This record gives sequence, structure tokens and C-alpha cells, in this order.
Amino acid sequence: MENVQLKQKLSGEYQFGFHDDIDNVFEFKKGLNEKVVRQISKIKKEPEWMLQKRLEALNIFYSKPMPKWGADLGHIDFDDIIYYASATKKQYGNWDDVPQKLKDTFEKLGIPEAERKFLAGVGSQYDSEVIYHKLREDLEKQGVVFLDMDSGLREHEDIVRKYFGSVIPSGDNKFAALNTAVWSGGSFLYVPKGVHVEVPLQAYFRINTKNMGQFERTLIIAEPGSSVHYQEGCSAPVYTTDALHSAVVEIIALEGSRVQYTTIQNWSNDVYNLVTKRAKAYKDATMFWLDGNIGSRVTMKYPAVLLMEPGARGEVVSVAIAGKGQHQDAGAKIFHLAPNTSSLITSKSISKDGGRTTYRGKVYVAPYAFNVKCNVECDALILDEQSASDTVPYMEIQNDDVSISHEASVSKLDSEKLFYLQSRGLSEQKAKAMLVQGFIEPFVKQLPMEYAVELNRLVDMEMEGSVG
Amino acid sequence: MPQNRKRIDVETKTMAIKLTQETHTMQVKDLYASVQGKAVLKGVNLTIKSGEVHALMGPNGSGKSTLSAVILGHPSYTIESGDILFNGDSILQWTPEQRAKAGLFLAFQYPVEVPGVSVANFLRTAYNESRPKERQLSVMKFNALLEQEMKTLHMPPAMAERYLNDGFSGGEKKRGEILQMAILSPKIALMDETDSGLDVDALRIVADGCAQLVKKSRLGVLLVTHYPRILHYLKPDHVHLFVDGKIVQSGGMDLAEQVEKTGYGSLEKTGAKAMSTKAKPNTTPTPPHREACL
Repeated sequence: MENVQLKQKLSGEYQFGFHDDIDNVFEFKKGLNEKVVRQISKIKKEPEWMLQKRLEALNIFYSKPMPKWGADLGHIDFDDIIYYASATKKQYGNWDDVPQKLKDTFEKLGIPEAERKFLAGVGSQYDSEVIYHKLREDLEKQGVVFLDMDSGLREHEDIVRKYFGSVIPSGDNKFAALNTAVWSGGSFLYVPKGVHVEVPLQAYFRINTKNMGQFERTLIIAEPGSSVHYQEGCSAPVYTTDALHSAVVEIIALEGSRVQYTTIQNWSNDVYNLVTKRAKAYKDATMFWLDGNIGSRVTMKYPAVLLMEPGARGEVVSVAIAGKGQHQDAGAKIFHLAPNTSSLITSKSISKDGGRTTYRGKVYVAPYAFNVKCNVECDALILDEQSASDTVPYMEIQNDDVSISHEASVSKLDSEKLFYLQSRGLSEQKAKAMLVQGFIEPFVKQLPMEYAVELNRLVDMEMEGSVG
Repeated sequence: MPQNRKRIDVETKTMAIKLTQETHTMQVKDLYASVQGKAVLKGVNLTIKSGEVHALMGPNGSGKSTLSAVILGHPSYTIESGDILFNGDSILQWTPEQRAKAGLFLAFQYPVEVPGVSVANFLRTAYNESRPKERQLSVMKFNALLEQEMKTLHMPPAMAERYLNDGFSGGEKKRGEILQMAILSPKIALMDETDSGLDVDALRIVADGCAQLVKKSRLGVLLVTHYPRILHYLKPDHVHLFVDGKIVQSGGMDLAEQVEKTGYGSLEKTGAKAMSTKAKPNTTPTPPHREACL
């Protein structure tokens, strides 16, 4: 049952701290300016309107101050980042055509063979370019489009033009502006009317160029009555200087559709993970963010749902684990912009070995949004004296016809529970791991099997490091 | 022929040795313990061997539960003096899991709730943790074992997937403790008021389950209780009366019957008398404990 290899990887230092020496075909110099942005757009042979969007966003990025309300971002040096890199020039439609070296990298990351077969398509971002993309035939027949974002723009320009930036405009925040200016890669997923994608679609992301930020851009459109589950998993090699990951994910869930977006980010502990994720849910649509934050040095991420029309529902279930030197500043935002809308926020955080977690959440109910239901529950578990947790819930309720509940708890591991488990022959660390696993079970039970197993193992390993 | 005879002798001898090896002994020797500076155990002496059933009876607040928690190594208690031996080795420095792995088990009076951890997952982990790799069970095999034991205890199979004790009724929790005991197959089990909160039917099931373990695997039992009721189902070999942190009188079933008839009040007197007749010079006099009596 014990996976020795995983154990080694997960104990102590970041486990995926290798990087291979693949030549970067278009290696840009460090720093950001208009020339860089124009060059990115040119290499991608983008339409003029996209270039203009990028340039406009660059100006917004320059004009906005660094956000001061959240985690400490003082160590980010925008001049010390490479804004574009590409590992391979061409796209690979067939697994056999993928270079062996890249396959080896995936091997090291432990992406299981069975998973590849099980999953309908794999869009893997290696450096800033998507190198491999395959969509199973039956999905193609259904009209589902699952491409990297660059190809999405080329092949479905009209759809992209209609929705790109419609959920998260460039001016939303400094990092959304930065992403819009220099975005590269990410996924484009289009699910036609009434189509149910039965298997989760999955993409792996990885940073692999020294000092290279990754600015992927994802756009998901679920047409009326459709459903899809998109999974994103991250892993990055260790570098001594800080890397920046600043993604934007926009989701449009049209009438009666259901979209689930699952993330477990496990960036290495020098990465700034500053991500804007937001969805619009229309009439009777359901948007479900399942968001796990384990890695990174600093994460600031608050998946949001705009409930646009009656009957829309938004759910954000998240877990954050902050260890030594980490600050997980995460949470959720729900905007009730129509009557008869409902939402649920469940946040679980664990801090240990001096780590810090912050739950930051916002619930807004518009004056005309009657009969709204909203439940917020955030629980923090602090494992030792050196660690800390904050809760920053913000609610703005503009009418009386609402049912809102907010529950928050901060706790330590219960010594009576530990004794109980230990008296059954479990070691202290195993008992602690089991209590932590129980604590995050509301999150884990929503995960697909292989993710759940992986996460539980990860918690086991994490706990191993924190005892003794 | 004499040669043949010799061979048989050797065989018999080996079997005898095997049987002795299977006898485990848990011994509490003149044990004093305190919690937050307050003395709670005041010189406990008790020896339990494989296959024996001991009943420890006493009024509320006498320290009965403390004794079983201390034997398993509860971190809240400080051992002031004395010793606890398992098969001759002092276990005072052992962690609770080492004691459990050696074969001690505590059926809790108030089993804690562990939301998010299923009964099956928890028990499988505990089962496999205390076994060498080659004797560990796969999910499938373990579930079969679990299902069988649950059947014996008249527990619905769905219970295996419920979170450990979370939202269980009092009776379900107690039955769950016996289930854990049956699965983990300890050598010596301390059952802390397992009978309280059980209705007659549940009591019989629990007692039968326990009696089976005593009979089949020679489980040694310390039955901590203040109602003699369970003793009709699970006949003890020894009955101890526990008052104010120590055993004041030991006997057989007749002692339990006496408690049943007259309550603890009268026995405390006799107990105190009994103590005074064989009192050690260093024992403190027993203060009256009337308020705690039935």
C-alpha cells in the first residue's frame, strides 16, 4: 500500500525538483515591455484585436499598484521574469510523436498510464506551449472542442472574441491585466448544447524555464443543458529565485448547464501563485469550483461565481495546506445578482510548521436578488504553535429576503481523538494524518478517485514531516 | 518401543510450551497516579491473565475509568510510583500505540467521534499497522473480515462506511468498540463501562461477543462497571471492589451479588474494614465516599 517512491518525493524538500535541459526554441530575455508583448502576439500569428487587447492590458498593468490587502508580494521583481518560452515548435496530436524527453518528465511527475487511457483528452502545458493535445474521437463527434488556448483562438476566433475577457476584464486586477498582456497556453473548452462530457478532462501544467512565469489563459464555455468536469493539476521544479504563476480562468455556464472545475495546485515552494478564476452562471446553471492549494510560496486565489439569472447556483469547496514558509491566502467570492439563486462555500485550511492560511471571502447580494440562500462554512486547523490562520469574511447584503449562514471554526488537533486512535495501534503521525484526512474529507470526497488517493497520500507524507 | 514413547513425550512437551507461550499477563503493581496534581490512583494492585475475566466494580468517581486510561498510556495522567507490566516488561515508557500493538485494548466509555474517517478505513489502517507486511490484508479481504464480525454483532453492513462514531447512538458506539476489539484481537481488553447505555438485547449481544473472544482466543478481560447486570451474561472469575483510587476488596461472583443487593454503601464499609485488617502502613485512610454511592 505504501508508495515508497512517492514517500521519498514528498518528504521534506519539494519532490519534483528536477528539470531537464530541453532547448527553448524562442527564448525571450528577462523583463516586460511593449516589444515583448508585440513579439508574443507576432509569434502566435494572432489577429489584430488580440494584440490590441494585450497592449491595452499592458497599460492597465502598469497603471495599477501592487495589491497590498493580501499576502506579501514584495519579493516579486517583474524585471527578473521571462515572459514567454516555448519548448517545442509544433503541436503533437499523437502521443507517439511526443519527444521521449518530455514523456520522461511526465513519467517523473507520476502521471499514471491508466489515467491517460481513462481521460478523454490530455492538454499538457510544458513551458508556455502546449505540446500534446488529443481528444478522444467520441468527444469530437459530440462537437466538444478541447484545445490549447492558442489553437482555440486560431480555430474558433469568433467564440474566443465573444467571450475572452467577458468574465474577467483586463482592468479587474493587476495580475489579470498582466495575464491578458502576456498570456500563452491554457485551455479552450467548448461544450455544445445538451452535451454531457462523461469523463473529466484534464490538463497538466508545469513551469520549466528558470525564472519563467507562466501565464496560461483558460476559457470554458458550456452551452445550455450541457455538463463538463475540467481538472487541472500543477507541478513545478524547484528554483532558487521566485517564479510567478499568474493564470486567468474564465467560465461561462449557460442556461441549465453544470461545470465543475477541479484544481489541486502543488507548485514548488518558491512560486507566487496569483490566479484569477471566475465564472458566470446563467439561468438554472450550476458552477462548482473544487480548489486545493498545497504548494507555492504564496497563493492568492478566490474562485468566484457570478449568479447572473434566477435558479443559478454556485459552489466553492476548497482546501489549503500551508507549511513552512508558505502563505495560502485563498477563499471564494459569490455574487448573487438575481433572485432565487443559491450558493455554498466550504473552506478547510490547515497550517503547520510555521505556515499561514487566510480565508478571504466575499458574498454579495444585490438589492433585487430576492429569495437568496447562501451558506458559508470555514474551518481552520492549526497544528502547532508556530502556525497561524486568519479569517476575513466579507458580506454585503442589499435586501432582507435572504437566508444566509456563516460558520467559522478554528481548532487544534484534539488530544482525546489522538489518544483514541493511538490506543488502536496507530502511531502519533498516522493518527494525526488520519484526523487531518477526516478534516478535509468534505473536499476529498468530491474528487475523482485517483485524485483522492493522491491527496490522501500527500497528507500522509506531509504529516510525516511535521512530527518529531 | 521405548524409543517411540520418548518421541511422544517430546511432542507433548512442545505443545505444553506452546500453550504457556500463549498466556499473557498484565500486572498493575502498587500504582499511584495523578492528574493535574490531584491523586487519582492510590496504590492499585491487579493481575490479569489470558482467558480470565475480572470485574472492577465501584461507585462513580472512584477512579475506575482512570485506571484503564492509565494502563493504555493516556497522556493526561502522571505516574507517581508503581509499575505496569505486560508479560513481565514495564510498559510505563511505552506510547499508547506500542501498548496497543503489544495486545492491550481499551473499549472506551465515551468513544470519540472522528468525522470524515470511515469505520472501515480506520479499522483497516489500525489492523494493518500492527501487523507485518505479509500478514496485512487488502481492502477486499479486510472488508470480508469486517462484514463477518459485524454480522456477529448484529450491525448493519452500511455502518462500515459511516464516519467513526460520528452521529452514532450510545448503543452503536458501544457495539462499535466491541467490533474494534473483535477485529484487532487483543490479548488483554479493558472494557470501560461498555454495558452502560445498552438495552437488554444489545447487552446480551455485546456480552456474548466478548465471551466468544474469551473462549476462542483466551482474551483476558477487565470489565469496569458499576452495574452488576452485565456480569450475568459475562461471568467473571474475579470481582474487585474499587473505591477511592484502589481495590478495597476482591472476591468471586458472590461479591458482585452482594453489591447488587445492598449497593456500594455497605460494601465500602466492609471494604474499608477489610482494608484496615490488612492495611499496609503506608496507605492513607480511605475517606468516606457516600456522595458517589448509588
